[in-house]
Amino acid sequence: MLEIKNLHASIQGKEILRGIDLSVKAGEVHAIMGPNGSGKSTLAHVLAGRPGYDVTAGEVIFEGKDILDLPPEERARQGIFLAFQYPVEIPGVSNLYFLKAALNARRKHEGLPELDAMDFLALSKEKMKLLEMDESLLSRSVNEGFSGGEKKRNEVFQMLVLQPKLAVLDETDSGLDIDALKVVANGVNSLRSPERAIVAVTHYQRLLDYIIPDQVHVLADGRIVRSGGKELALELEERGYSWLEPEVAAG
Amino acid sequence: MSQQDLHLSHYASFEQGRAGVDPEWLGPLRRRALDRFSSLGFPTMRHEDWKYTSVAAISGGEFHPFTGELPEADVDALGYGDWPCARLVFINGRFAPESSSIQGLPDGVRVGSLAAMLDSDPDELEGHLGRYAAFEEQAFTALNTAFLEDGAFLSIEDGVHVELPIHLLFISSTNGRPFVAHPRNLILVGKRSQVTLYESYLSSAAGAYWTNAVTEIVGAEGARIEHIRVQHEGALGHHVGTVQTQLGRDAGYTSHVVSLGGALVRNELNVILDGQGSECTLNGLYVAGGVEHVDNHTLVDHTQPNASSRELYKGILTDEAHGVFNGRIIVREDAQKTDSRQTNKNLLLSRNALVDTKPQLEIFANDVKCAHGATVGQIDRDAIFYLQTRGIGEEESRHMLVHAFAAELVDVIPAEPVRAALTAALVNRLSPSGAAA
Repeated sequence: MLEIKNLHASIQGKEILRGIDLSVKAGEVHAIMGPNGSGKSTLAHVLAGRPGYDVTAGEVIFEGKDILDLPPEERARQGIFLAFQYPVEIPGVSNLYFLKAALNARRKHEGLPELDAMDFLALSKEKMKLLEMDESLLSRSVNEGFSGGEKKRNEVFQMLVLQPKLAVLDETDSGLDIDALKVVANGVNSLRSPERAIVAVTHYQRLLDYIIPDQVHVLADGRIVRSGGKELALELEERGYSWLEPEVAAG
Repeated sequence: MSQQDLHLSHYASFEQGRAGVDPEWLGPLRRRALDRFSSLGFPTMRHEDWKYTSVAAISGGEFHPFTGELPEADVDALGYGDWPCARLVFINGRFAPESSSIQGLPDGVRVGSLAAMLDSDPDELEGHLGRYAAFEEQAFTALNTAFLEDGAFLSIEDGVHVELPIHLLFISSTNGRPFVAHPRNLILVGKRSQVTLYESYLSSAAGAYWTNAVTEIVGAEGARIEHIRVQHEGALGHHVGTVQTQLGRDAGYTSHVVSLGGALVRNELNVILDGQGSECTLNGLYVAGGVEHVDNHTLVDHTQPNASSRELYKGILTDEAHGVFNGRIIVREDAQKTDSRQTNKNLLLSRNALVDTKPQLEIFANDVKCAHGATVGQIDRDAIFYLQTRGIGEEESRHMLVHAFAAELVDVIPAEPVRAALTAALVNRLSPSGAAA
């Protein structure tokens, strides 16, 4: 579903991604771990199409098409979703209004009829229940006054409503206590299907106890220096990242 | 001849025309006002109160009193046709009875044309007309007072709760020659009475004109007045509007001033909290594009203790528009326990849009709460990206954010047709073609 080939990206002249190669098939869950500053978030943002990042080399092929020339909304409509690490607050725009617009944009792209307010409300309530979210959050402005945990839950809620093909989670576990983590992981797991792929960027192994990955990659200094199964995550938990330094230097 | 002389020269024939029409006391008032205008002249940018706003388009323009047949007013086309209210329509400053309707008002309400009042009941006006809006230093008010002819008169007796909104609709329609009109409104609200008043300034034809309006509002003890003033002039419309509101003990005044268009707009809103326990809420929204200039000057004068004032003005500026906000608050020596808050927020949507914002607090009492703040910012790019990553296009995202910025003020306007008209005007102004309108 997703093929990243030799991706190089810089921000303000400084190269952050130095040749990323990654292949994700539909139905798979990949975890991307790595020390701070390794480029994990950058990778997530470049996939989503954030302005300000210069892609200097490489390709990102999603479902057979290179998406690097597409604006963020096009990538989203084609089924790529980024769950932000730090979701922005948007006062004055209600969750309900914005998410309905987003869903209908996606549906329009797929040639499906738009959902009316009632059907959308019913769909939202169903998903909010799964995430143990208070229904009143719908009428509030996007992320305004939300705690860190509520913001992360809101990201996953949006994901459940929009049903993306590729979900990129940028440190979705950061700032969550165990209970919130379980609820969020539950939500993410409910999306697992043979047609869907998940890429979870995470610093700590903890999330991967609940969202069990098929492959784990270690990103260090802008490159994937090691890939393995879920045991790799446990090894990193025990040994940290420093034992990989020779591999980083070699790369 | 200078524009000042132009107006002065019109006065002679104007005064002649008023002989036999004006009550005795009005002549001296007019002449005093004219003398002041003559001494003051039009303000220049060297005057502190006008330092961000040039009135050259007015002082250098050829605006004559309107002559000729009054054009018709298509009120429905302006979007207010279906809205239930009592309505007085004025075209180019003159009352148009055929488009007006004052049915549905309770007893104790007197509403109609000021010109008709001057004719039939001038005594009722004598104690009020010209007593509130000062013209010592105010050239535009002086000119309006000298040339006043018509406008709205509204008087509500004590203890009357007026449910039906009252809409004063001023339509400007040129017939080719640029003209000036001086609408003069007098609103008297009795003790414990309540009213919702709309004052709209709209244009139904292209062409240059200048509206120089003065509205005096008096709220007696315990009165509650909600006042929505919408000003949406044409691209070549020039608007100077002064509102002077005087409140007695425990009276309340909520004002919404919405500026949606005009080449040059200056709104002056002066509220005198002249009674203990009185309060005012001043809301303002100004949207400008092209090379428009919109200037809101407000004054809240706390003369008595225990009064409160809240002020929220927001501006949205694009292209090369220029916005000005000057919020003056005076807290007099006796006005202890004053509770005042003023906020001005501005959203600039283009590189060349400009805003000048200035709070002006003059505090002479020592047991008061006076907070003020101002911001000037741009659209949050992170918010745009966030919306885009959910599939919402960039243009639509911008619209959502601008709408969200204005929503706080649009949502509190107590009439659906007005909110709808505002929302539509906002969308129109902010779309690529709308900006040039």
